[in-house]
Amino acid sequence: MSTPYAKLPAWADYGLIPLINLSVAFIVAGFVVMLVGENPFRAAVILVEGAFGKGTGIAFTLFYATTFIFTGLSVAVAAHCGLFNIGAEGQAYIAGLGVGVVCLAFDSVLPWWLTFPLAIAAGAAVGALWALIPAYLQAKRGSHIVITTIMFNFIAASIMVYLLVGPLKPAASQAPQTRNFLAGAELPKLNWIIELFGAKIRSAPFNICFLLALVMAFLVWLLIWRTKLGYEMRTYGHSPKAARYAGISETRIIIIAMMISGALAGMMTLNPVMGDQHNVAIDFVSGAGFVGIAVALMGRLHPVGIVLAAILFGMLYQGGAELAFEMPAISRDMIVIIQGLVILFAGALEHMFRPYVQALFASFSPRSVGIEAVKGKGA
Amino acid sequence: MDVFIAIVQILDSTIRLSVPLLLACLAGLYSERAGVFDIGLEGKMLVGAFAGAAAASVFHSAFLGLGMAIVMSVAFALVHGFASITHRGNQIVSGVAINFVAAGSTIILGQAWFQQGGRTPALQPGERFEAITLPGAAAIHDVPIIGPIYSELLSGHSILVYLAFAMVPFTWWVLFRTRFGLRLRAVGENPAAVDTAGISVAWLRYRALICTGVLTGIAGAYLSMVQNGGFVKDMTAGKGYIALAALIFAKWRPVNAMFACLLFGFLDAAAIRLQGSPLPLIGKVPVQFMQALPYVLTVILLAGFIGKAIPPRAGGVPYVKER
Repeated sequence: MSTPYAKLPAWADYGLIPLINLSVAFIVAGFVVMLVGENPFRAAVILVEGAFGKGTGIAFTLFYATTFIFTGLSVAVAAHCGLFNIGAEGQAYIAGLGVGVVCLAFDSVLPWWLTFPLAIAAGAAVGALWALIPAYLQAKRGSHIVITTIMFNFIAASIMVYLLVGPLKPAASQAPQTRNFLAGAELPKLNWIIELFGAKIRSAPFNICFLLALVMAFLVWLLIWRTKLGYEMRTYGHSPKAARYAGISETRIIIIAMMISGALAGMMTLNPVMGDQHNVAIDFVSGAGFVGIAVALMGRLHPVGIVLAAILFGMLYQGGAELAFEMPAISRDMIVIIQGLVILFAGALEHMFRPYVQALFASFSPRSVGIEAVKGKGA
Repeated sequence: MDVFIAIVQILDSTIRLSVPLLLACLAGLYSERAGVFDIGLEGKMLVGAFAGAAAASVFHSAFLGLGMAIVMSVAFALVHGFASITHRGNQIVSGVAINFVAAGSTIILGQAWFQQGGRTPALQPGERFEAITLPGAAAIHDVPIIGPIYSELLSGHSILVYLAFAMVPFTWWVLFRTRFGLRLRAVGENPAAVDTAGISVAWLRYRALICTGVLTGIAGAYLSMVQNGGFVKDMTAGKGYIALAALIFAKWRPVNAMFACLLFGFLDAAAIRLQGSPLPLIGKVPVQFMQALPYVLTVILLAGFIGKAIPPRAGGVPYVKER
């Protein structure tokens, strides 16, 4: 995909423009807050204080961020290959089956540090398999990946509801969820890291999945920018024609990219299931797969950006809960609006402000946008 | 006779359940035929449902509600147009964004304005569209076979139901028998040719999106003002996506769209009806299986196992003049 726009300095491209897009999204969200009859500035203060003011808040923020790092990476890996994986939600949901079965089977016999790797493998495998079918259909039969992954989200939801109200539910229980896991499937908390800095934490689900998420972010960076496979994926994403000409197998690259994407989405499950709730419940993903789209777009598909964007969304989730408490008119659904606006301005309207920024740069220093260089050659 | 009555009742609820799908599906037909993918049908329906119920209960008029539903839904369609036509943004990303903004804002505004946990006040008679009894329905009710079919199945629906089914031949006529329709289809297949002929691609696509907005608005109004007496949060519950599936199933043709929506509506009606009761031969079918069936069928269709669904060729690609 060639961009019809002139080059900007890297810091403007990766820092300034996303910042402008993000600010506009938040300004529009501020108008919604005003429409509801509350003060947007006070809302922002409550939000930030709720997320970072106390140790418990920070721990919750990072807990949510962990989930979004996984789904953000999932969307980004597929996007580098030119595929829009809207199915991270379903892949994560169905991966709950893999993780759940491993936990239910081993939680009484194995210690957590043996259950955990098995659960990682199971979650990743189930997520990858759920992504395999749409990938295969896209590669071999030409059905649009966006539509098939949407359909697979619904199919996954139906399967999980069926299993959780039926076979996986303990006979004595009414709630649509599995039995609670024993200590062998409970992940250790990381709250002590925050307490090292002197903050007090009452109880928060911040757990070692955060470290796993950071490792996965590094591995994704390695994959995309430092391996042959990643190069092939980016080539296919930029120009399928060029990739075909270079002898890259279309089927292979689509299927591999989608399976990695599905595996990352599947690993998201570990965080809420093993780190927090200690069971598999109905709708435990609750939209995290879709947040991944916003996170990936905002992080400009780069792992560092994704980690930062995930922390921002973690902040919105945690701060949003506090906000709902302080301002009853603003429920947590405000986050859904912000999410939508971020996707709109950082994704679909990504280039809206670019011409203005370019004009601004050109008026200050023509060299920075490459105008001077062309003139120099001509003279 | 009991079996006959049961079948009439299932078909009756099939009609009721397929109307929102049909309207949304026809809405998607306009924009996708013009080369703009729209996975924001869900969000626009939701906005329509909320605006319709809110306006109807505030102004005590069903028609004002319908009007407001259409206006708000068109506004969201225009945002989609602004992003994907004017700024050549990714149409799918824009559609996803619209779905989120719609899902969040209907709940937030509903809670702020009506304080009923995201609901709108229950609509009173006169604020919602009432059932219309067709002439003579009562008179021939007791005639065997024809009586129940006419008086239960065909009569006794709201005006929006008849409107939805009237939209099928109308859409066919617009798309295949008018100049606008010809151009609309052309812009979805080969926008460069339309541009060469001196017709604005952008304006044509915007008009297609306005048609989409009008129809999703009506679909939303049907949900909150006919099927339900008020707005409930997330009341579209994936119907926009089923409509999208139906659109693919119908291979982007209006009459097929009607049959696809009736099929999906029938699956839904049957799932509700058969809840818990065993079927002959097959035994007990889980409700979830019936609910997932439209999606499974669409995936199978997309995979090319039941004929091939070929989308409009320029779909999803923003038009750039200089290329």
